[in-house]
Amino acid sequence: DIDGVGPKYHLELVLEDIVDEDSTVNCTAEVLYHLGNKNIAPDVQFTIEGELKNADEADNIFYSRIKSLENELVAENIPDSHGHVSPEMEPIRLLAWVASGYVMWQNSTENTKFQFAQIKHVKQVKRSDEYLEFDYMILLHEMVSQEIIPWQMTVLWHPQHGVQVTQDSRQPKHA
Amino acid sequence: TSNMKLILIFSALFGASLCLESFVGHQVLRIKTRNEEEVKKLQLLDSLEHLELDFWINPSTPALPVDVRIPANGVQAVKAFLESHGIEYSTLIEDLQVVLDKEKQDMACSQQRDRSSNSFNYGTYNSLDSIYAELDHLASEFSNIVSKMKIGESYEKRPLYVLKFSTGGRNRPAIWIDAGIHSREWVTQASAVWIAKKIASDYGKDPSITSLLNKMDIFLLTVSNPDGYVFTHTTNRMWRKTRSKNQGSPCVGVDPNRNWDAGFGGPGASSNPCSDSYRGPRANSEVEVKSVVNFIKNHGNIRAFLTLHSYSQLLMYPYGYKCTKPADYAELDALGRAAANSIQSLYGTTFTVGSICTTIYQASGGSIDWSYDYGIKYSFAFELRDTGRYGFLLPVNQIIPTAEETWLGLKTIMEHVRDNSY
Repeated sequence: DIDGVGPKYHLELVLEDIVDEDSTVNCTAEVLYHLGNKNIAPDVQFTIEGELKNADEADNIFYSRIKSLENELVAENIPDSHGHVSPEMEPIRLLAWVASGYVMWQNSTENTKFQFAQIKHVKQVKRSDEYLEFDYMILLHEMVSQEIIPWQMTVLWHPQHGVQVTQDSRQPKHA
Repeated sequence: TSNMKLILIFSALFGASLCLESFVGHQVLRIKTRNEEEVKKLQLLDSLEHLELDFWINPSTPALPVDVRIPANGVQAVKAFLESHGIEYSTLIEDLQVVLDKEKQDMACSQQRDRSSNSFNYGTYNSLDSIYAELDHLASEFSNIVSKMKIGESYEKRPLYVLKFSTGGRNRPAIWIDAGIHSREWVTQASAVWIAKKIASDYGKDPSITSLLNKMDIFLLTVSNPDGYVFTHTTNRMWRKTRSKNQGSPCVGVDPNRNWDAGFGGPGASSNPCSDSYRGPRANSEVEVKSVVNFIKNHGNIRAFLTLHSYSQLLMYPYGYKCTKPADYAELDALGRAAANSIQSLYGTTFTVGSICTTIYQASGGSIDWSYDYGIKYSFAFELRDTGRYGFLLPVNQIIPTAEETWLGLKTIMEHVRDNSY
């Protein structure tokens, strides 16, 4: 506990590549929760020991595929009720998962535990510049309250420039 | 001599068909011999090959009965012989062909059931109707040990079906297992049906389950929350609660695992009907919960209460409503770890073991807290695969592996219960 500020956690964790589960990297992090103001995201400092695996090839293939689509990509329910994700949609799901990590971080307190649950809806927004833009409606599962929370997020991505969430907003749950 | 007479009489009757395909009119007699002399007379009969007597139990000692199949044309003569020598007998089978025909019919019937039951796919998520049909199928295919009982009805009047696995006895000590109390946790209902099939098929083959069922009964509630389950299929895949109407609120449903009479109203449950952890207006307000409570209380001899949830890969014992250790902490923790090891042995899936409060969060009104405080020492809650990658939407190719590993964990606990009566 840091007096006057809030509890601080020291973490040692292992990062595992989703696509290649044998590829792991050690990581240490310090997380500081702001006791006073719960509307501020916790501070996170981290160090990665070693390098994350290079995903350039897969990134470029995905990028080219989407850029060359005649019509904007539209999809829903990823994964579907049976946990199925088509191969073409897998990168869309991974992108949502990564982007949702930012949303979770921004909305975490000591008493929340978020998991990404599902993409309800995704629509590509065509851009004149080199970025890909997707408008997502996702579901987050908050494990302490057990709530399923719909969340809208606008995600920008480029193979060399990474992921950005430019806009996000919590949606009302329907009864 | 009388023996010579014997041979003459029976030789006269020699003939008829050597073809053994038809057993029309063949009778099976059970002969009770009182002394060695009578045994010798039957052995003589045996030596008369033209009679084509087929001894199912051979004449050897007066202590044992002699069972013999007699072709149709020899029945009267053999009976006359026995009566004239004062040898006691009874008719076991009046007409063997009738018995064989019935058996053939039974086999064809059950084969057809097997063929049509191949339409139930254990490796996918099935509708409620499909699951209920399969419960019926299991109860009829394994009718010697499986029966289906209705323990109540859901809010929307769907039956709550429990499968009883029993080899007899009256009110034997029993194990309770339930799944699907939270309807979106689909791998639990799916695993439960697989486990039902596993228990039924393995009885008589697997030494562990055989010895277990020879002493104890198992009660399995595969779909604890059928209204919720149907709703996850028709409307909202992420529905968790029951579907009961809440007075004065537009929001529907109560969290059935906050509704038990264990620390009810305490921290870790919501008083807001719109919440996914809404505890309900009072303990046992949900008929789905009340039905189980009534069953357990009326049975009076339940020794273990095991409940399946997903996801997170956890194996937990009480308490959830308070963070103090249960009196049996040491034993439950050790047993939990043993069960987790069994689970891990199959596919390497790791489960974290601990009390609910220290492992996930404080939560009041939970089922295993109620069962434990009621006196059922072996109360455990499982959270099955995975740890969040797919969460509730676990891909179908993981259903059977999940069921298989979960079964090993359940078995470890059940074996301990079997060997530790209390």
